[in-house]
Amino acid sequence: MIRPHGGKIIDRRLRMKIDTKGIPKLEVNTNQLEDIMNIANGVFSPLEGFLIKGDLENVVAHKRLSDDTPWTIPIVLDFDKTKHKNIKEGDTILLFNKDIGLEALIDIDEIFSYDKKALAESVYRTLETAHPGVATVFSWGPHLIGGKITLLSSKPREFDEYNLAPKETRVLFKEKGWKEIVAFQTRNPPHIGHEYLQKTALTMVDGLFINPIIGKKKTGDFRDDVILKSYEALMKYYYRKERAVMSILRTSMKYGGPREAIHHSIMRKNFGCTHFIVGRDHAGVGSYYGPYDAHKIFNEFPDLEITPIFFKSFSRCKKCSSVVNDKICPHGQEDQSNFSGKKIREILNKGKIPPEDMMRKEVAQEILKYKDPFVK
Amino acid sequence: MKEKIKQKFTTISIPIPLAEKIKKQIKGTGFTSLSSYVTYVLREVISGKEEESEEAFSKEDEERIKDRLRALGYLD
Repeated sequence: MIRPHGGKIIDRRLRMKIDTKGIPKLEVNTNQLEDIMNIANGVFSPLEGFLIKGDLENVVAHKRLSDDTPWTIPIVLDFDKTKHKNIKEGDTILLFNKDIGLEALIDIDEIFSYDKKALAESVYRTLETAHPGVATVFSWGPHLIGGKITLLSSKPREFDEYNLAPKETRVLFKEKGWKEIVAFQTRNPPHIGHEYLQKTALTMVDGLFINPIIGKKKTGDFRDDVILKSYEALMKYYYRKERAVMSILRTSMKYGGPREAIHHSIMRKNFGCTHFIVGRDHAGVGSYYGPYDAHKIFNEFPDLEITPIFFKSFSRCKKCSSVVNDKICPHGQEDQSNFSGKKIREILNKGKIPPEDMMRKEVAQEILKYKDPFVK
Repeated sequence: MKEKIKQKFTTISIPIPLAEKIKKQIKGTGFTSLSSYVTYVLREVISGKEEESEEAFSKEDEERIKDRLRALGYLD
């Protein structure tokens, strides 16, 4: 089994009740609570808490934690200390979110100010607030809290039955006898191109880990339940049960392009995956990154340990009579048609089943069971 | 964070002829210095060789996890 990132799966969940009366409180938002859960469950191993100043500065400038471990996305807890004068360094405070009944403690090592512009520019390569990641950074409070967290409690949530922690996926892979596992990240129902991509990668390894990102989405995106049910249909009819599993990842997309590709790989390494599929413009948005920047960045990390599998493009070729990619088809664009998510969406929007060479009938039927499969 | 944060460095001695060979080889490869190349190679060499810090979980943990995986249909 691949070594967890940094050598150890972190578990910061306290399995006993403690009295939190009298402890200063700080309410956390959806993004922060997902970070807390991912730290506590080991998805962000080796992080045990929110970054302290030294680590943050290293991540921003060098894409590594202070101990040289690769880490590319700042995991920080922002707030405004002028509005919370009772919160000081050395304190333990209670982080809470009423929506999911989250309660967690943070032992505050440091409270510090930071340069938003420098952070945004280094991580996202732009200062344009049209970039959602930059906009998020500029929405943060002026100060950051660094320190270890301990998750005390959280209520059951939608899709918990699809949610496995790294410790659980590692046991699952071991029980299935898989040594090499390829992870596929998705935010959409599968079309034929996705299936081809996954099966091409699966041919070389023991198991496929389909890992949809669940959470905040844009208007017009497919709903989370639609994505999960459509994948279940694909897996039921077209995958060998002993070769593919699906579990969700609750995290917000940062649209950090190349840096986020590394971050996504690290999370999948913690789940126990040895390979990670990285496509064109992975985690990109607009035209802020080159189409293959998320491939090139892996050259900076010879010590990442998880192996990226790069795909450039895939399409259907009339002359080959099959799905092809840029490495295997000698024919030109005039013979090839891309799998257009937009076109598939338009057909589904009319309540129709897309052609079989675009999307499996069973997948489309599952999507069409929903009156409105898209986020409003 | 306005100025580029400096990492801490140490000095390692390597034979001068080797250093010269490396300098020639890295020309035009994207490595900006002998140090950046040596750092890359050393990171690659030690990658995967570090031990796991400790046993990830106990037997009881593992059994509890298997029970949940069975209940959710991930294991038969």
